Amino acid sequence: MEIKCFGIAKDITNQSKIICADESISTVKDLRKWINSTYAEFNNLAQYMIAVNQEYGMEDQEIKAIDEIAIIPPVSGG
Amino acid sequence: MNYYFCDIRPDHLSIDEAYDFILDDSCGGMCLFIGTVRNVNKGEAVTHLDFETYKPMAIKELAKICVKAKSLFSLEKIAILHREGHVGIREKAVVIAVSSMHRDDAFRACRFAIDELKETVPIWKKEFLEDGSYWVGARP
Repeated sequence: MEIKCFGIAKDITNQSKIICADESISTVKDLRKWINSTYAEFNNLAQYMIAVNQEYGMEDQEIKAIDEIAIIPPVSGG
Repeated sequence: MNYYFCDIRPDHLSIDEAYDFILDDSCGGMCLFIGTVRNVNKGEAVTHLDFETYKPMAIKELAKICVKAKSLFSLEKIAILHREGHVGIREKAVVIAVSSMHRDDAFRACRFAIDELKETVPIWKKEFLEDGSYWVGARP
């Protein structure tokens, strides 16, 4: 599963996209756990959302490897 | 023609472009909000900003704001333009324009749109100071 990284997420992972090969991940919540354990620095963020196919994902939402997944750190446009 | 127009641009934002889009024969109230880059934040000198966007999702979220604004207020047209990349002091980071029959809904819809944008649209501001840079709002 490919995960796009923006803003501070890109700084933390040092990449604009990361690969998660853990096939047991089936929900947004699972992925959040994987992200937080793989990159501990995410635990220090204000919070972050996970987008699925360019929409904000719910924690219990199912995700698949073909989905477009992105880490959305606290937004600060305007 | 659609009643809303949203875009993210790497270069200069045109107030005229937004204004020309919202102008409507039936409307007497036009409200424009322009967010510009200032040279100071929390007492520190700011040299410039850099906006990163998740562009396809950001455009979708901007469109959702327009649809929501239309459902809440009596507006005719709405345009939202946002910059991406390097934006210097005094430059426009965002332009929001709303037309309505009367001024009250134009003011309220414009205020709603900028407040929502700051909460929901995947755009990130990196602030550059004389001695470093940081992502705004990323850490508690």
